Amino acid sequence: MTSNAFLLEERIPAGCHHALLLKRGYALRLTDLSGDGNVGLLAFNADERSERYNMADTLKAQHTHKLTLGNVLYSDMGRPLLSIMGDSFGWHDTICGTTNAAMIEATYGLNDFQLTRNGYYRNGRDGFLMELGRWGLGRRDLVPNANFFSTVAVDNEGNIALSEASYQPGAWVELRAELNVLVILSTAPHPLREGPAYPEGDIEAGVFWAGEVPASDICRTACGENQRGFENAEAWFALPDGGPRA
Amino acid sequence: MSTLLRQETIRAGDPFMARIDAGQRVRLVDTEGNEAIDTFFFNAEDPRERYSAVDTVRRQRNVYLTTGTELVSNEDRAMLTIVDDTCGRHDTLGGACASESNTVRYAHDRKFMHSCRDNFLLALLNWNEDFSKRDLGPNINFFMNVPLSADGGLRFEDGISGPGKYVELVAHMDVLILISNCPQLNNPCSGFNPTPVEFLLWDA
Repeated sequence: MTSNAFLLEERIPAGCHHALLLKRGYALRLTDLSGDGNVGLLAFNADERSERYNMADTLKAQHTHKLTLGNVLYSDMGRPLLSIMGDSFGWHDTICGTTNAAMIEATYGLNDFQLTRNGYYRNGRDGFLMELGRWGLGRRDLVPNANFFSTVAVDNEGNIALSEASYQPGAWVELRAELNVLVILSTAPHPLREGPAYPEGDIEAGVFWAGEVPASDICRTACGENQRGFENAEAWFALPDGGPRA
Repeated sequence: MSTLLRQETIRAGDPFMARIDAGQRVRLVDTEGNEAIDTFFFNAEDPRERYSAVDTVRRQRNVYLTTGTELVSNEDRAMLTIVDDTCGRHDTLGGACASESNTVRYAHDRKFMHSCRDNFLLALLNWNEDFSKRDLGPNINFFMNVPLSADGGLRFEDGISGPGKYVELVAHMDVLILISNCPQLNNPCSGFNPTPVEFLLWDA
């Protein structure tokens, strides 16, 4: 996918929030231009927004705690919302959530709007809420997010740490919508990232048409669980718009 | 000397919901062993504040729950602390079983089996109809063994609990405890044989 083929393109500065409606068959390519970026992501079924990305269902269905090529992001209703159809990065975090204002101040120091106007240090929790609020959603909908471009290693005792593998300038990931999906993004730093310098560098978000999912698709055929998940997504669209759905 | 305020048996596969005031101590007993107790918490005064698995994991820098673990809310506040644990390790990343995830994980014909999410929704709506599915998030699975591997894997494995093992928690705020005594028959989380568990509550 070359960038000049994007139907929509946005550059999101570090720390900011953004949303887009990604209809079924379209895909979002995220690129971490600096290598120091993090993209927190929440996803909702745009046709029924009580259906949303579910970290636990995503992990247990695919026996993984990392996300990479071939994985899907499951909703709480047994359907894939987004499929990872391409990934140069390798291991995206699912288990650390996001930052809040106190965490950002503790890690990077006080830098609020009073001090530097729009240069202030933004946090993930507030960014997610400001974006959710635009779509009629709120605190109840702020569930554990995925963190793209951040790798979190787990040792045999269960201890977690942000990995140096997270630093990959130009890393990209492609997420294809399997339902009509409301994607909510925060480019605030990963909660395990250390200070003192608040990250700089944009995230590029480009939308392209991915097309019909072939029977041989790498996400669909990754495991029996995903085969059934894709069947559940197809059932959602089994009848023309306006027809019954379950 | 603390006073026992309440003792309940939660039958296999049943929901349960109760209020726990700040300072009170609760014990959950895995009476017959290897029984997953799916558990979630709300701030009793502001139910928009709820247990957060990822904030709990992030704050203690470890994915397993045991003695000393602070159960952290989505507002990054300690709701309860685990003060005693004779099992040793509990899961908070496996979530609760549901009809829909059962179709993905096992087979389409498992859709109509009883599940923890059905229990959660029934208990919540009986408690207060302002609750809905939107209020749920990844829960704690007491007595359930879900090891993570260094290569990124996650597995549901045979339990490390046993008959009579228990976990005790002290509340730091007034909370609602929401329990599903897991009815899952498709994996080893309840030893393929769900059994009763005990809920005990003391004033301190």
